[in-house]
Parts: sequence; C-alpha cells; structure tokens
Amino acid sequence: MPAVSKGDGMRGLAVFISDIRNCKSKEAEIKRINKELANIRSKFKGDKALDGYSKKKYVCKLLFIFLLGHDIDFGHMEAVNLLSSNKYTEKQIGYLFISVLVNSNSELIRLINNAIKNDLASRNPTFMCLALHCIANVGSREMAEAFASEVPRVLVAGDTMDSVKQSAALCLLRLYKTSPDLVPMGEWTSRVVHLLNDQHMGVVTAAVSLITCLCKKNPDDFKTCVSLAVSRLSRIVSSASTDLQDYTYYFVPAPWLSVKLLRLLQCYPPPEDAAVKGRLVECLETILNKAQEPPKSKKVQHSNAKNAILFEAISLIIHYDSEPNLLVRACNQLGQFLQHRETNLRYLALESMCTLASSEFSHEAVKTHIETVINALKTERDVSVRQRAADLLYAMCDRTNAKQIVSEMLSYLETADYSIREEIVLKVAILAEKYAVDYSWYVDTILNLIRIAGDYVSEEVWYRVIQIVINRDDVQGYAAKTVFEALQAPACHENMVKVGGYILGEFGNLIAGDPRSSPLVQFNLLHSKFHLCSVATRALLLSAYIKFINLFPETKATIQDVLRSDSQIRNADVELQQRAVEYLKLSSIASTDVLATVLEEMPPFPERESSILAKLKKKKGPGAGSELDEGKKESGAELNGGVEPTASTAVSPEGWGLMPGSGGGDRTPGFYPSRVGATGNLLVDVFSDSASAAPGLAPATEDNFLRFVCKNNGVLFENQLLQIGVKSEFRQNLGRMYLFYGNKTSVQFQSFTPTVTYPGELQSHILLNIQTKAVDPLVEGGAQVQQVLNIECLSDFTLTPLLNIKFRYGGALQNITLKLPITLNKFFQATEMLSQDFFQRWKQLSQPQQEAQKIFKANHPMDSEVTKAKLLGFGCALLDKVDPNPENYVGAGIIQTKSLQVGCLLRLEPNAQAQMYRLTLRTSREPVSRHLCGLLAEQF
Amino acid sequence: MYLFVLVYFPEVQFPLTFCYKETISERNRNMIKFFLMVNKQGQTRLSRYYEHVEIQKRTMLETEVIKNCLSRSKEQCSFIEYKDFKLVYRQYAALFIVVGINETENEMAVYELIHNFVEVLDKYFSRVSELDIMFNLDRVHIILDEMVLNGCIVETNKNRILAPLLVLDKMAES
Repeated sequence: MPAVSKGDGMRGLAVFISDIRNCKSKEAEIKRINKELANIRSKFKGDKALDGYSKKKYVCKLLFIFLLGHDIDFGHMEAVNLLSSNKYTEKQIGYLFISVLVNSNSELIRLINNAIKNDLASRNPTFMCLALHCIANVGSREMAEAFASEVPRVLVAGDTMDSVKQSAALCLLRLYKTSPDLVPMGEWTSRVVHLLNDQHMGVVTAAVSLITCLCKKNPDDFKTCVSLAVSRLSRIVSSASTDLQDYTYYFVPAPWLSVKLLRLLQCYPPPEDAAVKGRLVECLETILNKAQEPPKSKKVQHSNAKNAILFEAISLIIHYDSEPNLLVRACNQLGQFLQHRETNLRYLALESMCTLASSEFSHEAVKTHIETVINALKTERDVSVRQRAADLLYAMCDRTNAKQIVSEMLSYLETADYSIREEIVLKVAILAEKYAVDYSWYVDTILNLIRIAGDYVSEEVWYRVIQIVINRDDVQGYAAKTVFEALQAPACHENMVKVGGYILGEFGNLIAGDPRSSPLVQFNLLHSKFHLCSVATRALLLSAYIKFINLFPETKATIQDVLRSDSQIRNADVELQQRAVEYLKLSSIASTDVLATVLEEMPPFPERESSILAKLKKKKGPGAGSELDEGKKESGAELNGGVEPTASTAVSPEGWGLMPGSGGGDRTPGFYPSRVGATGNLLVDVFSDSASAAPGLAPATEDNFLRFVCKNNGVLFENQLLQIGVKSEFRQNLGRMYLFYGNKTSVQFQSFTPTVTYPGELQSHILLNIQTKAVDPLVEGGAQVQQVLNIECLSDFTLTPLLNIKFRYGGALQNITLKLPITLNKFFQATEMLSQDFFQRWKQLSQPQQEAQKIFKANHPMDSEVTKAKLLGFGCALLDKVDPNPENYVGAGIIQTKSLQVGCLLRLEPNAQAQMYRLTLRTSREPVSRHLCGLLAEQF
Repeated sequence: MYLFVLVYFPEVQFPLTFCYKETISERNRNMIKFFLMVNKQGQTRLSRYYEHVEIQKRTMLETEVIKNCLSRSKEQCSFIEYKDFKLVYRQYAALFIVVGINETENEMAVYELIHNFVEVLDKYFSRVSELDIMFNLDRVHIILDEMVLNGCIVETNKNRILAPLLVLDKMAES
C-alpha cells in the first residue's frame, strides 16, 4: 500500500489517501473526509503539544482534502508553526500549505512575514528559496512593504547562489506587479539587465520574465536589454554557446529561454544599432532555415520545441513589420503548416497568419493561401480551427476577394457552430459594407444573413442596412423589391419583418407600379406576419401602416379598419394601443398636406465621418487605385481594435416612425405631432417652469425638488449644459417616471451615466423599489435621451432617492446629484367622505403621536385657487363643507404602499391677516404624519 | 430656450458605435494561470493556481475543464479557447494535464513544458503513475514549484529541478 510513497513516507497520510481511493461513492468519500477533519481538528485543539512530524502529517492531509475541493478553514496556525521548524521537510510543507491556501489578505501575513524574514537571513539557500517562493506566490501588499527593498539586494548580490537568484527574480516580479510603488528603481536595475549575461541559464530564464515586466513600465531604463538579449539569443540559436548544460531539449537548445528572449524583444522597436540588428536578423533567418532542415530527431518533441521558437520568431517579425523579406518567408513557412497533418500546427499557423495579413508587406502573400483557408473552413473537424480559419479569411479580405470570402462565410454560416455564429454574422456584415462595390450586393448579403441566421443578427446589423438604404437613393428600389420577395417566404425571421416593414413603409411606392406588388398586396403581406411578431415589431409595423396611408391613399380604408379593430385599439399593450389610437386619429383628422408633411420620407442619416460610410462614399468617386492600400491599412486597424470604437462610426440615434426628433437640434422632429399635441399643456407648464429655473446649481435644485411635491411634470434641473425634464404618473403604490436628458450644447457628452442612489434607510430596498435601465453613454450635441424609472412603494418612507448624473463634457467630468421627485405623497389615493365621517375618523386619530402640526409664515401670496391646486396636487381629496370655517381647507386620502395603507386627514387654516398658516395632519403612523406635514408646509 | 419634446421609445436606436469587438489582450502579458492534473473520472490530482480563485469556483472550473478535454478527439488540436483564456492540454494514459494560459503565451512552448514536467516526474518516480502523484502530492508540488513560479517558467533543466528533492530525500534517509 504505502509502498508508492517516497522518502519519509507518512504512514497515516498514505492510509488516509488509500481510504479515499477505496470509497465507493461520493457520499462515502465526504463521510471519510469529515471524519478526518474532525480528527485533525481535535488533534490541533488537544492539550498535548504536537510534534513537528504530526503537524506536518495533518497539514498534508488538509492539503489533500483541499485538493479534493473542500474548503479548509483551520490549520493555518499549525502551518505557520511549521515555518519555524528547522527541518526542511516540515518547513517545506508549511510553506506549501500557505502558498496554496492563504490568500493575500489573510491576517496571518504578519506571522508569516516573520518566518520569511528569519529564513531570508539564514544564509541557507534552500530555506531562502522556500521563503522567496512563498512571497512570489502569496505576494500581498504587506509582504511587499516588508521585503521590497530586501529582495532586489538578494537578487544582485555577488555571492547569492544561482537558485536563490532565480527565486528572487520571480519574487521581485510578483512584488512589482502587486505594488509597483513599493519597488524603487535604482542602482540594482542595471545589474538586473546584466543578469541576461549570467552564465547560468536558469538565472537568465528567470531574469527574462522579470525584465519583460519591468521594461514595459520603464522602457528607457532597460533599453540595454535589447542588445544583451540579442547576443544571448544568437549564442543559443547558433549553438555557439558551450554553456547550454542540460538545457537542450530533444536536440533543441534552450527552447523555452529562446521563446522568452524573443518575447522580450517584442517589447521594443527594431534595434537601431545596425550591428545588433544585423545579428538579430541573422538569428531570425537561422530559425526560419532550421524549419526547412531535416529534423535531428523523429520525436515529436523535437519538432514541437523547434516550432515553439519558430512561432515566437514569427511574432517578432510581425511585431517589427519592417523586413519584407522575413515577412514573406514567415508567410511561406506558415503556408506549409496550413497543410500539415498535425492539427496543432494548422491551428497555430492560421492564428499567426491572421496577424501577418495585416502587414502591408505580407498581405498579398497571405492572400495566395485563400483556397487552403476556405478549405479549412469547410473541412476541419475542430471548431477552434474553423474559427481561426474564419478569422483569417476576415483578416485577408480586401476588395479583390471580398465577394468570394463573403459568399464562403455565408455558406459556412448555414452549418456553423452556434457558438461562433454571431461573430461570423458581424464579420460578414462588416466586410459586406466595407467592400461593397454596389449596394444591391450589400443589401442581398444582409438579407441573406437574416435569412440564414436571423437569431444571430444583432440590432446593429439591421439598423445599419436601413441607414444605408435610406441614405442611398440608388438602392432603395432594389431594396424594396428584395425585401418584398424575402417576405414571401412562409416563415421568415422577425428581423426580416422589421427590415421589410421599415423599407416598404418608406419605399414601398417604388415597387407599387407592379401589380404583383401593389400597395394592398404589400400591406397584406406585411399584415400576414403581424400576429406572429413581438410587441416591438408590431409597433414598428403599425408605423409602417400609417406611412402606407400617406404613400397609398387607396389603402386608407383597409388600414383604418385594421387600426380600428379591437385587437389594436384595445390592445392590452399600452404602446400598441396608443399607436393604434393616435394613428387612427391622425389618419382621419389630418389633411393630406399635413399627413404628407408628418409622414414624409425619413431624411438621410447624418454621416459623421464614419470610417465605414466614408469608405462607401469614396467608392463612388474616382481614384480606385489608391483604394487598395487604403483597404489594407484599414483591415490592419481592425485587427487591432475593431472598426474604430469611437464616435467616428457613429450615426445619431434616430428612430423611424416614432419619434419626433429624438435627434433634436437640426433634425425636423417630424412624424408624430399627435403626441406633441396631446401633451401640449404639459409643455407649456414645463416651459414656464424652466424659465424660472436658474442655471445655478445647488440651491435651485432643492427649490426645484420642492416644486415637484405637488406636481408630476416639468423641468427638474437645468444648467448651461444639461436640461432634465420629468414626466411621471403614479397609481396606487406604483409609479412610472420618464426622465429626459437634453444635451444643450453642440458637443457630445461622453460616459453619460445617470444612476439612482439610495440614502440611508432606502438602501435596503424594503421601502421603495426603483427599476431602471442604463442609458446610452453617448449623448450627441443637441440630442435628448430618455430614461424610464419604474417605481414601487413597498412601505412608508421619508428619505428621498437621489439621481446622480456623471458625464464627460469636453475633457471635464461633470457630476450632478439631484433629489428625485419621488415622495410619499405621490402614492396618495384621494378619498371623498362626508363631514360626519371625517370628524369621526379625526377623533379616532387623537393620540398625540398621530398628529403633526406646523404653524408657519406664508412664502407665497395667499391665493385660495393656488392653495387648492397645490393640495390637490399633493394628492388628497379636498372636502367641502366639512370645516365650519369656509376659509379652511380639509383633505383626506390614503397612502398606498405594498405592505400597508395609511389613512391620512389634514386641515389647513390660513390666517390672511397674519400671513400665517396652521397645518395639522393626522395619520395612523407617526412618521408619516410628521413627514407629510413637513413636506406640505414648504409649499405655501 | 431649449425645447424638449416628449417622445415614444424610438425603436430604431442607432448604436453610436457599430463595431465588431475583437479582444485585444495586452501584449506580452504572458503567463500561466493554473496548472491542473485531472484523471478521466474528473478527480483532481494536482491543482496549482497562479491567480487567486475561490474554492467553489475552482471545483467548477476543474469540472468544466476536464469536460472540455474529454469531449475532444485526437484529431482536434490541443488548445482550447475557454472564456478569456486558453487551455493547453495533454493526455497521459488516464491522466490529463491542463494548463490555463493567457492569449499571448506561446502555446507550443507550454505544450512542451507539460511534457518536460512529465519527464521530470518519470525520472524521479521511475515511471510515474497516477498513484505516485496522489501519494506524493508534496513532492509533485516541489517539482512544479521549481519549474513554474508565479506563473512564469523558471527552470527547465531536469537535474536542477530535482536537486532540492534529492536533498530532501537524503535528509529523510539519514
């Protein structure tokens, strides 16, 4: 049994492991483990002091249990004790336990640090190594504080043993990564660089890792490493060095070190010194040559090690991107690998070639392998290899081969693995747009995409095709015809319906001349899909219908019938219902002129130096010669970061069909006056308010907030940059609030993030629940974005949730915090009652804590109409003829929360002579009385 | 005065960026994230993490990793893209050795590192078996720690890797 245990076998441990192995079931294993844990715990807690050997044995068992996936929450102290043992075996187990189980914020770090300090001072190299390994593995800040100055000293000291140097190098690397501020650069840095010259290969291996990390932050300080690395590499590659010791692996000299050196060189541009550069090019050529030489061994390890170096060398060649000769040789070498029988090599070759494709020197060379790559896409049995092939096709695509590549990718899409479909869809969409020679090809491609992989076509893709069709009048007729045909399919994807609805709604007239696609045929075709679609699509279709009424007056009666049907006009969905009602009304009231204006064709989308669009536009003009280079460069840019994730590709957020000018500013807020009309009063109210809202910040904010206690709509905030409008409605304990953020400037706001925050008691969300979605982080100049808050009142609350808005305007970060106008009185339900009932309830609420009263001076003119309006706005019912004094106001209502209802009575007694009010509130809950009284008293 | 108009939710909200995201991993941040030995039954025989991972997540990760490896055939390549990193694996009898690495680490070099590690084990245990690894977990750890430290390859010379262990064994004998 424990015969397999080497060295000083711990019998108890071996027995335990055997037991675990013999367990027939998971349950039995857990039982055995629990038994052992209990045993170890009792041993650790026992009175008898354990000797080092027992401690070691138990700690080992814990390690094994941890490996099996059980959390270990004790034994750390015993492990720390082992650190101070003089026996190497015990010390080693202690360190092992700590580096496996202790994370960097443990409280034990101080104790561990002590042990490490002793071991570092011990001058015993094995102990020092253990201590350094431990720092390298745990690497907490506290450790960095304790050892950041000590470790560099150990590393460069002349008398340090090689193995200790190795550990120290990686230990320093860890400290530098976790706490760079604590590792001071200094005199030791130059000596670290010279470790590349160390005669010991192990030391060089460790030092390269450290230098690679350090030189990224301080490239100038470590510049000398380039020439040292080159000469080291050269000695290895040419096998000129005699110091290879046992670092040759299957006849390949020091493969891992070579890889690391080549990687280090990728931190720097090509060496300026001609001699160094010459030597390096020689190295790279030797590496490429060796790939062609007959192998020194038939073992796969030999060729693997050789190829590891080769791939890293190619990475460096690509990184330099300055040696056409080497780039083309690299490409040819990879081309050979593409047909190699080893899958690993094919995979790596595809991956590496992908980066080669972006170099102008090797782009053409890469393109010659297109057939092989397409073949790989079709025949490879491994999805990750196919994925690489797809990536490579994308990277090598330019105008000359775009049609071939796009069609291959499309046909691959039909059988592609689900995991990569969305990516392929995006790639096809980008290529199709980027290299579109004629737009009809582009439209065909995108519709094919939707047909083949509709579920994977993201919104961006179908938005984009609409943008392009709207902006290009030469493709509109073709697009209308094509979507019309596509919609004929018995089952077509909802995205197709969306595109179809949009395009026919705009350009259906272009194909209406053909009796096979007459207006009514078009309408019936669209409407046949209607009932299978989601609400959003149906809403879009309704907009298409109203557009039809304008395009084709003969369809008016049919469409009005549809709009009038119960399933539209009484649809349970508010959005659909509202659209149906408003469109119906619009179509029956408005004159044809008004209709034509309102339902005018969408104006072109603004093309803000979109790299994609700019490309397309240029296509139309002359100068196809320079086109190619351009294309190459761009594909390079893409590899590095997609199609410019900046505003350059931006198109303003514009909706069709719905939305008066969400783009704001210069765009005609066309289409949808019915909505504006319906809210006309509100707008007036809003503007009267915004006039008084001073641009100043903090004080005005509080004023503004108070104004919203008795009303629901208006301008909540305004300064020179930003205007925030509010529209809200509350019913029972629920509410919905629309926030409109208007960018008043002509400059884009970036990182625009409004967040709702909850002070104090609201944090727990047991009183008030607000749900909202993030808004688009970019707000164009002059544009307005909208945010909806869904509010649920769970119990009575007194604090006010806050709205924090952060954004970048120019370079400066703007930070605004406002009170959200959500107060308890919003959940008032007015209650009418007779005088008798009122007084009876008033008396029932006669305990002193149920009443809150305030006597205060009038801040506004004491106008009885205004006062009434405010009380009604506050939410309660005004009861006439209750109070004997007709000057007084009496109100009643119920605060609706999810968990309870609070009845509420109030009385307001104005004293015109003294310009004073007395306000009395009685409710069943003391905090509610006080809170409401305070809120309302501020209003008069 | 700035006008604001109440609007419907626009259904075609054009995204401000139409871009295809390609993961740009920081160049040169090459390192090994973890080193696992798992048998075909999914039992972990060795695990070493070079980045902190919660124990619950470890178990899940180990299960998923082995599932991934088991589902692959010989014709498939030894590199798996997994979440935001790559797995490099080799199979020895019923035992899988799986190494998690960054995007930029050299796959082939790690692939051979695994073999080098196995050869060191073979040398020390004279024909290593799964049982050797189970019963000598501490020693396997020492070997691995000599080869990989803090996610970086630190030693590849077999004799030097084994040197501290031989010292240990000599001490145990005496």
